[in-house]
Amino acid sequence: MLIRKPADLRYSDVTPKSIYQNRRRFLSSSLGVAGAGIVGAWALSPNAFATTKIAGTVKGPFNTDEKLTPKEDITTYNNYYEFGTGKDEPARNAHTLRTSPWQVQVAGLVGKAKTFDLDAIMKIAPLEERIYRHRCVERWSIVVPWIGFPLAALLKQVEPNSKAKYVAFQTLHDPKQMPLGGQAGIQLPYVEGLRIDEAMHPLALLAVGLYGETLPNQNGAPIRLVVPWKYGFKSIKSIVKITLTESMPPTTWNITNAREYGFYSNVNPEVDHPRWSQATERRLGELFMKKTVKFNGYGEQVASLYTGMDLRKNY
Amino acid sequence: MKKLLLNPWTRRVIFAACLLPALFLVVRGFKGNLSANPVEFLEHSTGDWALRFLCITLAVTPLRKLFEQPLFVRYRRMLGLFAFFYTSAHLLLYFTFDLMFDFKSLLADVLKRPYITFGMAGFLMMAPLAITSTAAMVRRMGPKRWQLLHRLVYFCILAGVIHYYWLVKSNVREPLMYAGILTVLMLYRVVLWTTKGTKPQKSAPVTA
Repeated sequence: MLIRKPADLRYSDVTPKSIYQNRRRFLSSSLGVAGAGIVGAWALSPNAFATTKIAGTVKGPFNTDEKLTPKEDITTYNNYYEFGTGKDEPARNAHTLRTSPWQVQVAGLVGKAKTFDLDAIMKIAPLEERIYRHRCVERWSIVVPWIGFPLAALLKQVEPNSKAKYVAFQTLHDPKQMPLGGQAGIQLPYVEGLRIDEAMHPLALLAVGLYGETLPNQNGAPIRLVVPWKYGFKSIKSIVKITLTESMPPTTWNITNAREYGFYSNVNPEVDHPRWSQATERRLGELFMKKTVKFNGYGEQVASLYTGMDLRKNY
Repeated sequence: MKKLLLNPWTRRVIFAACLLPALFLVVRGFKGNLSANPVEFLEHSTGDWALRFLCITLAVTPLRKLFEQPLFVRYRRMLGLFAFFYTSAHLLLYFTFDLMFDFKSLLADVLKRPYITFGMAGFLMMAPLAITSTAAMVRRMGPKRWQLLHRLVYFCILAGVIHYYWLVKSNVREPLMYAGILTVLMLYRVVLWTTKGTKPQKSAPVTA
């Protein structure tokens, strides 16, 4: 009998893409420090020391074949106001975030309210790599190889009851870990929400990693939401609480400025932000703007969620 | 102080210093060190420097009076022209990379987006000041009319501050800081103007 031995190489053995893609620089920087290659590799990713490889992920559905945004860009250009409002600030300041131990409390209109610790979360469903477009309301976009699992898998474990119409999310807020939060100009803790059918949609992802490793703090470690057809601010970071509710939950940017940021915030080139056009976007790494696609190009999957709705009114 | 202000090297040093921010950006550009979004970085940097140079230009008169040193005014034109230089770079970056030289989009933006309306108004008010900044133009216009026209600079900087304030998403501390500086610079003038008649002015010494 022939027993096929699995390949010896595991996902964790793969050279991180950022290093692979920067291999010339990697070589030159390694040589530059007289063969101290490790130092060279570390210098490439600002938070290499804080992330660990995730092994055993499978390829997920809905992957785009567009060019990945370099890891360095994804991890140094962030909106995470608890760590400063400048794009480069979270990468510099988020090291104060303690991601372990971490718990996510899931409660509200559910049959089985439950508090998960991170280990339990990692085992809810097989971890998939999903390459999604991510479009910020500020008109920049990136392509990210996330690692995570469908939000629906977590929600099914707590058994939402028939009254549950919405899902509310909350980010950790600890002024000790987030000393700059007071200057953010937004009310904290950061809160977000989805309609339950949006939350159950197979595209909606709970991400625990990117580029083959656990999330860097500035990208919303240890667990964040990814809703690729909505503007980036809907994809709430560092989640500590998920509550199923009957009425539409408040959301941070809507509280800050209701005229500019609606509950739905679907990517829509036809509906402008009151202060700027949403018709175009700049993909990080490119100089010129490109056309924005409705629902960020995920219309085939999600447009049916909004049939009969006036997306100008429900922006 | 007077000797220093009359030294031709002072002008050269100030000129070089005013160019430093631009030079710094160029060097960072060549090193690929302009953040993950270089266009935005350049737009924001040039915008910041435009506002800073407008503030510095408007600070010349108060400084001149405080130090009782009329020679400060020798450098005001250069500072103002650098404000115009950074403003032009700012506008050109936006027109090139955000609008890809499309005049129709520019017009649409100016008409539809208040922060761009104000930014553009600021630029359009600055342009005639730059054009009439030469000594020949001062002579041609006559100092009274020239000065009246150049009072537009107060509205330029006001438009710039509003432009910035309306652009940011939530953290308005920096635009408010500029608003504060502008308020101080203008309050000084208001006090000066309203007390002009009552307080005898120290006549400026005429220097050759």
